[in-house]
Amino acid sequence: MPRKSDVGAKIEDVGIEIDGDVSDSEDDTSRRRGNRRPTAGRGGARGRGKKPADEDEEDEEEEEAPRNRRGANKKKAAKSRDTDDESEDDTPKRRQGRAANKGAANKKKGGKAQDNDEDSEEEKGNKRNKKGATGKKGKEEETKDKKGDAKGKGKGKEKEDEKDKKKKKKKKKESSSDTDSNTNSEEESMSEGEMERLKEEVEEKKKVIAIMRNKPWRMKRRLVHLKECQEFVDKFEGALGKGKGRKFYAYKVMMTKKWIKFQRDFENFKTTCIPWERKIKEVESHFGSSVASYFIFLRWMYGMNMVLFGLTFGLVVIPEVLMGLPYGSIPRKTVPRAEQSTAQDYSVLMDFNGYCKYSVLFYGYYNNQRTIGLLKFRLPLSYLMVGVGTFGYSLMVVIRTMAKNADVGGGDGDDGEFTFAWKMFTSWDYLIGNAETADNKYASITTSFKESIVDEQENQKDENIHLRRFLRVLANFMIICCLGGSGYLIFFVVKRSQEFANRDDLSWYEKNELELIMSLLGLVCPPLFETIAELEEYHPRIALKWQLGRIFALFLGNLYTFLFALFDEVNNKLEEEVSIRNASIWAQKEYYANFTLYNNDTDTTPPPMDPSDVIRGPCWETAVGIEFVKLTVSDIQVTYLTILIGDFARAVIVRFLNYCWCWDLEATYPSYGEFDISGNVLGLVFNQGMIWMGAFYAPGLVGINVLRLLSSMYYQCWAVMATNVPHERVFKASKSNNFYMGLLLLILFLSLLPVVYTIMTLPPSFDCGPFSGKAKMFDVIMETIDLDLPAFLGTLMGYAANPGLIIPAVLLMVLAIYYLNSVSEAYQHANAELKKKMQMARDEEKNRRNNTESTDQVMKDLEDLLPNRSLLPPAPPPETGADNKADQGGKSTKVRPGTAGKDVNLQKDVSLSSPNPNARGAVTRPPGPRGPGPLPGNGQQGPGGGPGRGRGRGQPPPRR
Amino acid sequence: MLHDCTFFTRKEILQLHGRFHELAPHLVPLDYTNQPDIRLPLALIVSMPELKENPFRNRIVEVFSEDGQGNLSFNDFVDMFSALCETAPRELKTIYAFKIYDFNVDNFLCKEDLEKTLNRLTKGELTPEEVNLVCTKAMEEADLDGDSKLSFSDFENMISKAPDFLSTFHLRI
Repeated sequence: MPRKSDVGAKIEDVGIEIDGDVSDSEDDTSRRRGNRRPTAGRGGARGRGKKPADEDEEDEEEEEAPRNRRGANKKKAAKSRDTDDESEDDTPKRRQGRAANKGAANKKKGGKAQDNDEDSEEEKGNKRNKKGATGKKGKEEETKDKKGDAKGKGKGKEKEDEKDKKKKKKKKKESSSDTDSNTNSEEESMSEGEMERLKEEVEEKKKVIAIMRNKPWRMKRRLVHLKECQEFVDKFEGALGKGKGRKFYAYKVMMTKKWIKFQRDFENFKTTCIPWERKIKEVESHFGSSVASYFIFLRWMYGMNMVLFGLTFGLVVIPEVLMGLPYGSIPRKTVPRAEQSTAQDYSVLMDFNGYCKYSVLFYGYYNNQRTIGLLKFRLPLSYLMVGVGTFGYSLMVVIRTMAKNADVGGGDGDDGEFTFAWKMFTSWDYLIGNAETADNKYASITTSFKESIVDEQENQKDENIHLRRFLRVLANFMIICCLGGSGYLIFFVVKRSQEFANRDDLSWYEKNELELIMSLLGLVCPPLFETIAELEEYHPRIALKWQLGRIFALFLGNLYTFLFALFDEVNNKLEEEVSIRNASIWAQKEYYANFTLYNNDTDTTPPPMDPSDVIRGPCWETAVGIEFVKLTVSDIQVTYLTILIGDFARAVIVRFLNYCWCWDLEATYPSYGEFDISGNVLGLVFNQGMIWMGAFYAPGLVGINVLRLLSSMYYQCWAVMATNVPHERVFKASKSNNFYMGLLLLILFLSLLPVVYTIMTLPPSFDCGPFSGKAKMFDVIMETIDLDLPAFLGTLMGYAANPGLIIPAVLLMVLAIYYLNSVSEAYQHANAELKKKMQMARDEEKNRRNNTESTDQVMKDLEDLLPNRSLLPPAPPPETGADNKADQGGKSTKVRPGTAGKDVNLQKDVSLSSPNPNARGAVTRPPGPRGPGPLPGNGQQGPGGGPGRGRGRGQPPPRR
Repeated sequence: MLHDCTFFTRKEILQLHGRFHELAPHLVPLDYTNQPDIRLPLALIVSMPELKENPFRNRIVEVFSEDGQGNLSFNDFVDMFSALCETAPRELKTIYAFKIYDFNVDNFLCKEDLEKTLNRLTKGELTPEEVNLVCTKAMEEADLDGDSKLSFSDFENMISKAPDFLSTFHLRI
């Protein structure tokens, strides 16, 4: 851990270093390699030379302080120790320690750090023998420190060296540029080697200061340590020069820090900007993640629709309102005279006729002028582009989100490995400081545990598989029958309605038969499916998916029936249009003829016809748009009313009638409603499909949808919190988000088809909409290419649209898809293989450990320690001391229970690397010749480690 | 000085001192220049709004107190918030999390520790069988060396893969 933390702490520095050192990193590495061994050894040695000194101080204090005082008044003891440490009281032994330390420092200055370290080490060894009875705590910490240092240094060294080198370079540059800088003079006064060593020392200390906060030490110890290091740095940093480069370096460090801080703030800001996070969290805590997933989906939809809304309104509606011709200027922007009397009636407006029909909300209102306003905004082109762009953007976003979700799913592949453990240790949010939220959190944690328990039980269950298979087949068969039946019913009704269309004497039922049947099917079928699905006994999560898929199929049938009916209507209108067009032109001519006849004046141009009198075509685009808007609005109404009646009214009745009812309403029959996830998700998805299909013909539809999503977020959140009860069987919606996305993608594709079909094949109406007068809607693009772009681009486009180019391109894409697919399959295979290997290794390890543990404890300890020695600096004294101390251990733990507990922990850290030592050893050290330092240590540590480790294991839990 | 030992800026430390002072205005002096040694008992510390709702509040305070009884000096206090602040590295947090969850301070998370943790997390709303099942499963998942208790390395290995450990394991002052 210290190693990793070092790296973490270093990141800033490294970031800088990398910038500067890219060019010469090559030779750096080579030099570094050479440098590494000695420095690491020295670092370790120094670490010991210094650290044990103050360890000893502490130990001595413990020794000296009267035991009874400590036992009776712990507080006081600690206090006295505190003051001792701060003021550096003088007990003879400690003075000796300090003297040694000082001597070391002096000699270091002289450039003989290594020898001196050894000296001090020897001294320490002596000391330790003298007072072998020191608390074992100190020793343990020592070993731990040493290990930490060694590890930290091993890694940190490289970077440090790099840094050093850089600094040196800087200095050299300086010295060459201005010779009278004090750096230069100092450099001259010291030899090159000394300088380098000193620099390393300072860097070392600085690093210690930098990572001080990462060490899990008591604050007091840190303070003492820090003081020491800072003094050292202050003393010697002057020698390293403070030229321009230094300042620049400091500046750079500061800027990096600032930048990181800014990034963090920005990140925080971003997370606070996510709307409804708390609302959703609240719902989640009460109803579990599956209900929350619906709201998250709703929020996502809202985000996407906001972008669509921005596109449509920013590029189409607002330019038209600001720069287009005003209402009443041309026929398509005027209500016809026949309709004017009723155009403002509420019922007419609610049907989106009258003034609504001739407004910016619908396709027909837009003029076919090529450019509008002063800015020469090409409205028709923009209209088409926005229509296509809506689909493009939606596709892109949906697919991207799906990919991201899939990525997340693949990212933590060992997802299932630690479900319970993670839940246990990471689910509490330490930020919670509010009683209500805490309650919610408790509830949600309990819920999530229950979810996992259900999952687990689901996994453990095994029973008659044949019966289950049979039941599942049966269930699917029944559901397919249902679907087929409903499909035939709709088909039948549509046929009948086409017959009825030619008659006038229709009853109310006959008029609304299609809608009625469709809503009835929608009401009856989902519960039927649910009942049938009971047979299958799927896990609720899987059952939810099946249910969704089946209802989806049902809705899809309805939607496409509706679409076909609409297409019939459009074709009729197109036929009608041809005759009207002729009539309109004829009427125009007639009008002019009458005018000249009436005035007997052929010279004056007649005033234009009143726009409301012109004979209009049926404008099928607007009709389609109106259909979609109507559908959407009625969908909103139905949804909200269902919630109001089905959930709210029911909840109110159950709640208040329960006092005067003959059975318990809350517990038995009506009870409270559950939140219908599948129905709501499908409603949302189909609604979005309507929007996509209708947005081209009714740009205002997107705005309506945004309002709907916004209101339903609040309304449904309220409804679910106020009227619904959590599901009986709570379950986690782990990846169902992607399932929703899949549904959405399918719907998107299905709604793309009819729109693109109409754009590409049907002729636009002759007298309404931005494309009037053109043979096909996409002619706008051709026109733009011809008129606005340079000629060669037009020819280029012509080539690009050539089938000879398109077919190879499609082929290439297919090949690419095939290639990528097979590559991903290969990766998956490799992944699975690796996972299997990991699992095997883990099992093997377990077995091995179990076996060895039962057979030979000592052998195991030895084995554990062996690979460690390459990481540990030579440490004979602690081991010998440990033996001495073993009998004293009880005493010291008794004296300070709290710290004793901690110490045991620290010691545990030492043995941490044992479970997987081989890998670590292999990675950090190539099995080359070892430096002379560690080798003797190995010999001593191996045998010595056995008892030491055994002690750690077998230690009785500390008393409290 | 404290600045280098913690993840706080000077301002934040002063702010912390203010909070510390608030907890016991009659005990804590405003002036800390001569390093007075004052410890606040556990009961006072856990009444802070930051800790009040935390199911592990007693453990947190105990872990950071030098005597293990929950009495915090100002240094310990700063230390606590430093280790639990947003910028503290994962490794440090892991160490302290391990200690916090180690209820009986034996440096292993044994089954009793897990049960205690679980009961605190769920306010004892799970049935004993459920608790038992969950603890067994958690132990199975995280225990790599098969000694039916979690050592620190097991814990670290498990936590290092957890997605939301860092985001949830911190206190804000």
